Amino acid sequence: MLRMVSKRLVMAVPSLIGVVIVTFLLMRALPGDPAAYFAGPAATKEAIEQIRKNLGLDQPLIMQFGRYVGDLARGDLGNSLTTGQPVATEIRTRLPASAELTLLGLLVSMAIAVPLGIAAATRPGSLVDHTCRVLATAGVSLPVFFTGLILIYVFYYLLGWAPAPLGRLDIFYSAPPQVTGFYLIDSAIAGDGEVFLASLKQLILPALTLGIFSLAPIARMTRASMLAVLASDFVRTARASGLSPMTVIVTYAFRNAMLPVVTTLGMVFSFLLGANVLVEKVFAWPGIGSFAVEALIASDFAPVQGFVLTMAVMYVMLNLIIDILYGLIDPRVRVEA
Amino acid sequence: MKRRDFLKSTAALAGAVTAPAVWSSAKAQSRQETLLFVTESGPNNFDIHGVGTNRPGYEVSWNCYDRLMSHGVKTLPDGTASYDRDKFTPELAEEWSTEPMSITFKLRRDATFHDGTPITAKDVKWSFDRAVTVGGFPTFQMKAGSLEKPEQFVAVDDHTFRVDFIRKDKLTIPDLAVIVPAVFHSELIKKHASEKDPWGLEYTRTNIAGGGAYKVRSWQAGSEVIYERNDNWKCGPLPKLRRVIWRIVPSAGNRRALVERGDADISFDLPNKDFAELKQAGKLNVATTPIGNGIWYLGMNCKNPPFNNVKVRQAVAYAIPYQKIMDAVMYGLANPLYGAKTDTPDPVWPTPHGYATDMARAKTLLAEAGYPNGFETTISFDLGFGVIGEPACVLLQESLAQIGIKTTINKIPGANWRAELLKKELPMIVNFFSGWLDYPEYFFFWCYHGQNAVFNTMSYQDKDMDGLIEAARKSAAEGDIPDYERSVRGFVGKAFDEVPRIPLFQPYLNVAMQKSVSGYRYWFHRQLDYRTLAKG
Amino acid sequence: MTDIPVTIARPSTGLGALVRHARYVIGENRVTGFAFGLFVLIVLAALIGPYVVPYDPLASNTAMALKPPSAAHWFGTDQLGRDVFSRVVVAARLDFFIAVASVVLVFLMGGLAGVAAGFFGGWTDRIVSRIADTIMAFPLFVLAMGIVAALGNTVQNIILATAIVNFPLYARVARAEANVRRNAGFVLAARLSGNAEARILLGHILPNIMPIMVVQMSLTMGYAILNAAGLSFIGLGVRPPTPEWGIMVAEGAAFIVSGEWWIAFFPGAALMIAVFCFNLLGDGLRDIIDPQRRT
Repeated sequence: MLRMVSKRLVMAVPSLIGVVIVTFLLMRALPGDPAAYFAGPAATKEAIEQIRKNLGLDQPLIMQFGRYVGDLARGDLGNSLTTGQPVATEIRTRLPASAELTLLGLLVSMAIAVPLGIAAATRPGSLVDHTCRVLATAGVSLPVFFTGLILIYVFYYLLGWAPAPLGRLDIFYSAPPQVTGFYLIDSAIAGDGEVFLASLKQLILPALTLGIFSLAPIARMTRASMLAVLASDFVRTARASGLSPMTVIVTYAFRNAMLPVVTTLGMVFSFLLGANVLVEKVFAWPGIGSFAVEALIASDFAPVQGFVLTMAVMYVMLNLIIDILYGLIDPRVRVEA
Repeated sequence: MKRRDFLKSTAALAGAVTAPAVWSSAKAQSRQETLLFVTESGPNNFDIHGVGTNRPGYEVSWNCYDRLMSHGVKTLPDGTASYDRDKFTPELAEEWSTEPMSITFKLRRDATFHDGTPITAKDVKWSFDRAVTVGGFPTFQMKAGSLEKPEQFVAVDDHTFRVDFIRKDKLTIPDLAVIVPAVFHSELIKKHASEKDPWGLEYTRTNIAGGGAYKVRSWQAGSEVIYERNDNWKCGPLPKLRRVIWRIVPSAGNRRALVERGDADISFDLPNKDFAELKQAGKLNVATTPIGNGIWYLGMNCKNPPFNNVKVRQAVAYAIPYQKIMDAVMYGLANPLYGAKTDTPDPVWPTPHGYATDMARAKTLLAEAGYPNGFETTISFDLGFGVIGEPACVLLQESLAQIGIKTTINKIPGANWRAELLKKELPMIVNFFSGWLDYPEYFFFWCYHGQNAVFNTMSYQDKDMDGLIEAARKSAAEGDIPDYERSVRGFVGKAFDEVPRIPLFQPYLNVAMQKSVSGYRYWFHRQLDYRTLAKG
Repeated sequence: MTDIPVTIARPSTGLGALVRHARYVIGENRVTGFAFGLFVLIVLAALIGPYVVPYDPLASNTAMALKPPSAAHWFGTDQLGRDVFSRVVVAARLDFFIAVASVVLVFLMGGLAGVAAGFFGGWTDRIVSRIADTIMAFPLFVLAMGIVAALGNTVQNIILATAIVNFPLYARVARAEANVRRNAGFVLAARLSGNAEARILLGHILPNIMPIMVVQMSLTMGYAILNAAGLSFIGLGVRPPTPEWGIMVAEGAAFIVSGEWWIAFFPGAALMIAVFCFNLLGDGLRDIIDPQRRT
């Protein structure tokens, strides 16, 4: 196990290096001029040059890169121009917000997509099957920001069912004491029922938006996997033994079909982390996605570089965890490895 | 690890979470004493002397720091309260006396900083020295009122402060009441200063070191700012609001929804259309105030062809679809600055010019200039002001195409906009400029004078114009009204003849508030002043 | 001797067989048939749309701004008085172009790189895989944003960004397929007949993996349009006043709350229908080409 983990980590290093280099170059290729931004509305050319020197932006690219890597080694991700905070702090405070939202979105998606996929697999070619495909595809065919805005319009503005899209918590509640940064978990640990409910209410609409968007891959994978499993020998045996259809599907077929779905989940999760940026913008969610987007528009290098690096590291970690989980769930995989 | 054991341990972990209590002990503070307002973006720095502080940062400074003087209030024709440019009221200074070349302030004796330390003239001098030394925007703004050298600032004794003038300038005294000359807690900041950072800019970026009416209780950058009242504030009547919460909501549609449903008390930065509709619907108070000394204009680069030819510029001035822009972009929430009937402009600014949409005349002028078939160029705007800039550019593009000028629209993100303006290469821009000090010669000094400041985006340079502007400043300083008016008429008239930039309209500052909110006052800095607001 | 009626066997290969198979599958699966019909409609709109629309999509008419759908303006007018129906139809061309161009570009880039990696192995494989892994490690939408922000928001750059972001997927699939066929009989035969390696790659392997790639391409077409829409929402999309579904949705979104739903709804619906159609078509194609992979 340990060998596999370390081997995977070593293999991931070149990708991470590539990510660092590409992001660095991309940022420097941005048309913005942070020195001019920093220097303020009334700056003269000389003032801007002065600031450029202070920021170290007048040095050749190689030297700037060297400085950046040196800072990285010390854990210094630089400072953000738009918020004035160190990037590492911003990421640390904002990451749980994005992660909580993405995880909940994934849960919502699974809660809808998995039953749908199973239903479609058990009745292939029927109306249910077609409906499943149409529904799942429809969800992914709309731009995610549009879905979010429509949901806000219908459920908040027209019906008043959903709370105001003001972020993670209504203004009259203060955040629970920080343990994980996930408001749901932290408020549960602190025994604070009001805050728990309040956070949950704020999470519903954005999680639903993300969930709708990620229905399709999960539903399809479940369906395909279930179809394959339902055609296998042991299921046939189970049926022949006279077990009820429900037992066959849930106890035998489903557990075995979940494996490819778990792999898809990993892919969907990392895909969602990227699509997060638009949902966060629409719902004023204080996550890293909205942070990175604003920084990008403002040609603010450090946050974008920090964000991309964090995401890349998370992606590597995630794949690793999924592979370990795979090994835990399916002993055959481990034996072969 | 065996699978069973793994699953068992996970279940054990889940069970360890305690069942939540139904009610928590923390109770929400009364809604009545808290104001919630929403804007598109928040502060990146609390210190107006900071490097790269944005406009929301100015608002924090205004409310959390004091200045020597403030402005009185006047009522505008539509009933809105506004600051009075010509009336100064005491804030940190109880009274002042003016000499020909200096002004002496007597400071309040009971004013303290947030931590209880008394405010003395030493702090005022340190703060003013800081303002003129840090460079960037604050120093520039101080210079606009001839406040340039630390030697001008003298702490006569603990409660007496004197400013010496280096020249006579009508703008010196108004400049002492803008946001920049705020009073900082010098001892506190010096504790956090270092050799690399002698003025403690790092500390004041995220900490308030002042004595103003409000303190910042917490700040989540990009998300919210929570203020609480300084109950010991002595520099003015104690504000009614105990707590003010500023939430950042990037989506304009959501900001509108929030204020319409009553979940937010005040909303800024909505598109004009929303304000026009909210005003009509009547469920909210919508204050619309013309922005003093503020103009949206179409600027043309006077250095390079084809716009270095005055006939080309005049042709463009006749080809603009002014009314369409007023209707479809501003929804009527602006003062038109075109189509004036008289030939002699008033000695005020902004004032309308005589150009109006006249395609035939535009075509003739363009042909006279030597471009009978038009030409190709680009028109740029700041994406940060895209709500106005984009539709305006689309309408302009369509109209200019009719006289043969084919334009491509260039969207420039906010952060790059200033850098682009500084290069002074953009042929055509749609831009906004307003000056805090509401005087015509101030506007012209920065936008039309041959010193070619960054705000002279058209690179317009003309000796006669310079002469008129300088004459106006001199007569203002000396109090020679007839000469002043003559000079102002002169430079305004010349600006209209040569049209390096074509004023389009004077926009309104729009604020939507719940009917329960009162005490709103329009300020030259266009930010919200919480000290006069009340609810219920 | 009597003439024994001889039924000539219908050919089981060739274009005729493919068409018959396609008609069978489409007929059997109503959803795919429906998607195909939509596809034809979109192509039609893209080809002849600009010539048959009632109004000039760029002509503003502020007096008629923000009018709801009516007989004169089927989809209403937008904030500058432009006819939404005309704009939606004309946008089909640009969006279709973005979709097709992105897909062709990513196929050329990723497909070729992938087959080369799978076929030649060794360093080619290592380099291509490294590049694909590096791109995959990025949050893909942010990478697309970064590319467009750095290079400028033109249609070409949006297409390029979409292609780069999808590169790993195509490279992976192509590599896997080429790997499988690397030592297949027909390849060995071709090699023995004296074909150069490049010729085998392009002339034998590539056509064999085409069917699988085509399925992927159809899905990517939908993704390309959604990507452009997302970029427009942030301000990095196509330049105004070009009609494009994504930017029309992004602009119209601000008007939903004030009740002018039609400005965002119709382009949004068109966008959804198009992406929907491409996705379903991809599924249908997969059924035709390789029924074993049905999901």
